[in-house]
Amino acid sequence: MDTSVGKFAIRVNDLVVGFGHRVILDHLSLDVRRGEILGLVGASGGGKSVLMRTIIGLIPRRSGGIEVMGARIGSPHDVGTQRAAGKWGILFQQGALFSSLTARQNIQFPLRENLVLSSALLDEIATAKLEMVGLTPEDGDKFPSELSGGMTKRVALARALALDPAIVFLDEPTSGLDPIAAGDFDALIKTLQKTLGLTVFMVTHDLASLNTVCDRVAALADGNIVAIGPMRELLQSDHPWVRAYFHGKRSLMLQPKAS
Amino acid sequence: MATEPQLAVTSRGDALELRPDGFWIAANVTVLEALADAAAPQVERAKSLKMDMSGLSELDTLGAWLLEKLSRQIAGHPAEIVGVSENYAGLIEEVRHVNRHNLPPPKARNPVIAKVEEVGRAAWNSREDVAVFLQMLGSLCVALLGIIRKPRSLRLTSLVYQLYRVGWQAIPIILLITFLIGAIIAQQGFFHFRKFGADSYVVDMVGILVLRELGVLIVAIMVAGRSGSAYTAELGSMKMREEIDALSTMGLDPVVVLILPRVLALVLALPILTFIGSMAALYGGGLVAWFYGGMGPSIFIARLHDAVSVTHFQVGMIKAPFMALVIGIVACSEGLRVKGSAESLGKQTTTSVVKSIFLVIVLDGLFAVFFASIGM
Repeated sequence: MDTSVGKFAIRVNDLVVGFGHRVILDHLSLDVRRGEILGLVGASGGGKSVLMRTIIGLIPRRSGGIEVMGARIGSPHDVGTQRAAGKWGILFQQGALFSSLTARQNIQFPLRENLVLSSALLDEIATAKLEMVGLTPEDGDKFPSELSGGMTKRVALARALALDPAIVFLDEPTSGLDPIAAGDFDALIKTLQKTLGLTVFMVTHDLASLNTVCDRVAALADGNIVAIGPMRELLQSDHPWVRAYFHGKRSLMLQPKAS
Repeated sequence: MATEPQLAVTSRGDALELRPDGFWIAANVTVLEALADAAAPQVERAKSLKMDMSGLSELDTLGAWLLEKLSRQIAGHPAEIVGVSENYAGLIEEVRHVNRHNLPPPKARNPVIAKVEEVGRAAWNSREDVAVFLQMLGSLCVALLGIIRKPRSLRLTSLVYQLYRVGWQAIPIILLITFLIGAIIAQQGFFHFRKFGADSYVVDMVGILVLRELGVLIVAIMVAGRSGSAYTAELGSMKMREEIDALSTMGLDPVVVLILPRVLALVLALPILTFIGSMAALYGGGLVAWFYGGMGPSIFIARLHDAVSVTHFQVGMIKAPFMALVIGIVACSEGLRVKGSAESLGKQTTTSVVKSIFLVIVLDGLFAVFFASIGM
């Protein structure tokens, strides 16, 4: 593998995305290093999810280039994208589990579609993944409608990890979880990232997870990355939106740790 | 892309050494599974096992699990694992903890007994269907009483909108279908009755059949397929997205807000549609009589006047609102039985249509017995 692929998992270069007259992402560039957890913050409706969905090829772009693990990304049916798709797992905000399959079948789905393996091994791998995300083998027989919010996220994470991807995209992984469950989920992401050597691209509003799990944080405002770096650097940023975000009333809990 | 993975097995007496080599990743799973299965019997026979992981180029959960499974084959001494690179130490450690308590395998059952049990349970569970039907009928009655006491609580806008959807918008297709049915019956009648010179009785047949039975039956079946399925799907998806729960928590009764206007609209629309449908069928029959049977319109109408009495018309029209009630109740109660998944929505919609058509036909049979016994 050449070095540029070795160093960066995702390279976004001069990206422009818009709908109609509205430009959402305006000449945005972003590099995600291999093996790091990058947190992306931004105003609601500011284009965080648009950026994530553009990187994975779900939204067409006007100009600019995207490379994921060295493969250029086009539309979802593009050859480069499909090659890259084998290397990423995606956790959608609402889980997006297939409602007519059990949790175990949901996890087995990507394996069954992409590989040829015996059903015994398929069951063992699914159970292994379930246990790795902190669920019991019995949970595997439940249907998505029978799972709690936290369990849904865990099953969705297990499905995202089914093929052992190099990169996982997480769209607001802790939204809708209570602080304890959110903390557990953060710890789980951190553990799995270490064990499996993952690169994690995480869109989140959860200040606690930004503080505890993210190696770097990127702030998206006005269609561009206005600040990027470790959390303590961002806290010192003097961009007005970043200041408002991290120094608002709700962010006061971060201050003692930062100083 | 990945080079072929290998598994070197060397045995010294009872001691076995395994050296996995190359890419032990999910992409190579077919090769890996064969390698692991081939090595398994030797591992089972061995007394001690050593695994040298230093040859691995890449390892993922699947590869790690296959190796872990091999190392568990040996009873007694745990396997000795050496040469683990730093990158994979965590993964190998993690995999050691998984799949420790396996689920009991599902019990194999006699297929005949399972089938018999399934039939028995289905029959027993049909009590529940009756209960659900009666419960819905009851809550509709309660809601209706509430509206009689306080007429302003009727959702008039909703009722008018539902009437528009199930009544007005259904008229074209009902006209077309019943017209064709009337024409076909008349054509068949002429074709067969002509053989024994009973042409003129075709008018009696078409008139009585359409007004008493077919008009209302065809329209009810059309409405069950067209509007009943829509009711089930609407209420079902509202149930799935917790909209019905939201309504109840606001202190509103879903039966009053959602179900009563729908059922009421059906009960009002179906007699009108039946009337329109019957007229279209007679019209179709008349046209065929004119062009195929050579019976002019004035003769057709005169014969119809003699053959058909108001009673026949009444019998058909009396049945219509009851059929509408059955369709509405079945459609709404099936909609409320939808569970969380997309599959259950589809299943419940199918059940709704099948059940309401079945009940409409059963009801028609009961009415036939009833009207015969009271001499109508």
